[in-house]
Amino acid sequence: MLKRLRENKSAQGALLVSPTMMFMVGLLIIPLVLTLVISFGRRDPDGQVIYDFTLDNYRRLTGFTTDCASGAAFCFNDLYLQILWRSLSLAFRSTLVVILLAYPLAYYIARAQPRRRNTLLFLVLIPLWTNFVIRIYAWIMILRTQGVLNGLVGAILTPVLPLLSGALNPLLASMHLPLVATTFTPLEILYTPTAVLIGMVYEFLPFMILPIFTSLEKIDSSLYEAAADLGANAFRTFLRVTLPLSMPGVVAGTILVFIPVMGTFVVSDILGGKQYILIGNLIQRQFLDARDPTFGSAASLILMVLTLVVTFFYTRRFGFGEEIVPA
Amino acid sequence: MNPYRRSWFVRIATVLVFIFLYAPILVLMLYSLNASRANVLFAGVITRFGPVQTEGALIVQSPCGPFHWFCELAKNREVGNAAKNTLIIAVTATVISTVIGTMAALALQRYEFRFKPFAQLSLYIPIIIPEIVMGIGILVLFSQLFTFLNGAFHLRGDSQLSLGLFTVILSHIAFCIPFVTLVVMARLQGFDKSYEEAAMDLGANELTTFRRITLPIIMPGVLSGALLAFTLSLDDFVITFFTNGPGSTTLPIYVYGLLRRIITPQVNALSTVWILVVLTAVFMIQRLQNRNV
Amino acid sequence: MSEFAVEMRDVVKEFQTPEGGHINAVDRVSLQINDGEFFSLLGSSGCGKTTSLRMIAGFEWPTQGEILIHGHPMGHIPPFQRPVNTVFQSYALFQHMTVAQNVAFGLEMEKAAKDEIEHRVHHALEMVQLTGMDRRKPKQLSGGQQQRVALARALVKVPDVLLLDEPLGALDLKLRKEMQLELKALQQKVGITFIYVTHDQEEALTMSDRIAVMSKGKVMQVGTPVEIYERPNCRFVADFIGESNFFAGVVKSVDHEFASVYVPILNSEIRGMALDGIVAGENVIVSVRPEKVRASEQAALNENSFQGRITKSVYIGSESHVIVDINGTILKVWEQNKISTLEPGAYHLPGSEVWLTLFPENTLILRDE
Repeated sequence: MLKRLRENKSAQGALLVSPTMMFMVGLLIIPLVLTLVISFGRRDPDGQVIYDFTLDNYRRLTGFTTDCASGAAFCFNDLYLQILWRSLSLAFRSTLVVILLAYPLAYYIARAQPRRRNTLLFLVLIPLWTNFVIRIYAWIMILRTQGVLNGLVGAILTPVLPLLSGALNPLLASMHLPLVATTFTPLEILYTPTAVLIGMVYEFLPFMILPIFTSLEKIDSSLYEAAADLGANAFRTFLRVTLPLSMPGVVAGTILVFIPVMGTFVVSDILGGKQYILIGNLIQRQFLDARDPTFGSAASLILMVLTLVVTFFYTRRFGFGEEIVPA
Repeated sequence: MNPYRRSWFVRIATVLVFIFLYAPILVLMLYSLNASRANVLFAGVITRFGPVQTEGALIVQSPCGPFHWFCELAKNREVGNAAKNTLIIAVTATVISTVIGTMAALALQRYEFRFKPFAQLSLYIPIIIPEIVMGIGILVLFSQLFTFLNGAFHLRGDSQLSLGLFTVILSHIAFCIPFVTLVVMARLQGFDKSYEEAAMDLGANELTTFRRITLPIIMPGVLSGALLAFTLSLDDFVITFFTNGPGSTTLPIYVYGLLRRIITPQVNALSTVWILVVLTAVFMIQRLQNRNV
Repeated sequence: MSEFAVEMRDVVKEFQTPEGGHINAVDRVSLQINDGEFFSLLGSSGCGKTTSLRMIAGFEWPTQGEILIHGHPMGHIPPFQRPVNTVFQSYALFQHMTVAQNVAFGLEMEKAAKDEIEHRVHHALEMVQLTGMDRRKPKQLSGGQQQRVALARALVKVPDVLLLDEPLGALDLKLRKEMQLELKALQQKVGITFIYVTHDQEEALTMSDRIAVMSKGKVMQVGTPVEIYERPNCRFVADFIGESNFFAGVVKSVDHEFASVYVPILNSEIRGMALDGIVAGENVIVSVRPEKVRASEQAALNENSFQGRITKSVYIGSESHVIVDINGTILKVWEQNKISTLEPGAYHLPGSEVWLTLFPENTLILRDE
């Protein structure tokens, strides 16, 4: 039998991969299929699933209802659509900000001396290795009304503002421009969408720095020299040489940031307050509090499809980005 | 050398981003010495040693002095449990997923078989879908499965199947495998088969060749994969959140729970300990690597 | 019938092409290699020589046909059960082991005793002149030294047959020439059958007892270096080995081993030695090597004599390579510079008239293959 196995290369391969396939099918494919099946079901009073086939859950998500306050035949309650939109918008904005912040850092590291490069990379990675719940918690202490940020800003502005307003306000008033505040009022950032954005950006910054760094590092320095030789200044070189060549890294990083942000619920839970609901929060609540696994499953699948669709169009336009996992 | 190497703009931006990255961590660690129990404002450090004395929300004296909260942490049984669970899960998941993932990498890189495209696709899925979708899926699977089995075998009370350490470990293995496989596959690319042929030519059968020749060569990749798996498992929140039960709480879950209750500086103390442990581990690994090179 | 060390009987090896078809890398090859022989497989890349070697070693299995080692058919026996060892082109030294551990590996697989292993490893390293290097790691060695470790590693097991896959390809010229002589001496000393794959004809001619010239998966000719060089059996072999002048023609008559061929571009009949089986009326190729053409200022009126003009003369030192134009047809002639003189005229100046004679015994009539 061993002899037969030795001769059948294809069987050897299949055998080697079979434990993985058991896990993937059992804990990934089947759960997804089951989620799909349940999403068409109904819920019983105890929160258990009744297997059925109805589109009620999906209809609920779109907000389509025939029970309209205005008395029309049908209308849209855009509650859930708003949630979807909020998640999408947050994911896009976070990714954009992350790219803007990560790129200079990645560039700096890529152009550093090799010895320092490793140290710098480690410095980028260390926050990743501290737990992310902890890191989000840190922002509570910074952003809250009596937190560190307000403390710092307040310390600076409290003496400055009276002087500044005293000097500028008469002038501004005469030009009918808004006046400078006379005293410092603390910034209310915690439990606002801004806090969530900050939290997301903080969370995923290293995931963008690393891929961009990898693709920047691959650029041979002689390319810069060639560009300079041909007459390009720093800005043009960056625009026409560096940026295009670093795109695979940007794309890889985008995928690493966008997808998790779409599905997040922890950051919005901790930093956004009870009112700030993303798809992730919706799903989480369906399964924990409201106990409607069918609706939650539908929402989960819509999230997955939405993410896949955006990712698909994105990669079609920009490519796949080779460095997905920084090994 | 490129004269446009790193303009002042890049340098300033870099410094700012680094500050952005580390400020929260430093704040976190600072507040672990906070004398105020309410942990809203930083009320200074406890300076007096002795039995615990409080003035309102302020702790003015403690047997551990400024490290009061660390002592509280040490007495916290729940944290110990959570830490133990986290490690058990991480180690188990790492070992199993590394072995299985390496096998899969070898299979995908070197063999052709009928369902290979399907295998490759299924490995990418966990990476391109949000974690919560996978977590929900597994939760749904286990809950339906357990409901069915409990009903079919008339299990009651303690013998009922429910979410716990076992389900968490299984789900961790599931999401670690693709990462291990990808890392090892990257390492296998360009692997020179003539080493294996030389070994077989000299009399080693397939198993011996793998053990003495192939494995040592791919070991760095396998270790990278293992390290990645360990990190992912240790840090995981979302999937653990949906698959854990009483008794299988991990540290991230525990901290999350604390955050929704009372936020005392004990949480900061825990965070600080965590950060210091990680730093030490990273430092030691660096030293080890440098010595091997 | 005595046993051959290695025999290939009608072996075919088929591979799938990326476009979906198949190609025969080895196309009905039959070879008999004798015990103690230094046998070379010679050809350019893609001719099937490496594939043949790999099938003997056991890394590939023939699609059709049989491979026998000392009379035993190998079938699907894996490499680690065959009495052959290979020296790889890239050496394939185990980087994570020392030189001594590399050489000892094969003996460990045989489950030999520890002190026996030590003794044999020491002896093997001595044989390849690497004594004292046993603790080094492969990447601390030069290319030539690595090559010797690979050799020692294979030889220490005293295989029936040693297979060498272009082992000298990565070495520089001087080292390669040295190693060629060393390998040959080594083979004669240990008496093991060597099967040597190379694309370098000079290497094959220097080292081999017999050579098999291969092209596109087929064996074109098997013979000693002299046989291959002086009596190629087809145009391909005559062209691949050394240099030759070729003219197309039609056989006019055959007389024992000689034949008379009419060559249109020289507008003349040439007499030469013909292969077996060549008949009148056949389209053939007349082949004559440049060093075998006689050039002289005096008119020669023998058969196979032509008058021409020198268009180019390249002085190599020991030889002069002369290009002669005979009414539009180009002939290459190599003359040894037998007389030491500074007279430019002695070195075949371009433009001068010269008479060339192709002696029939030096002229071959070949099939056009």
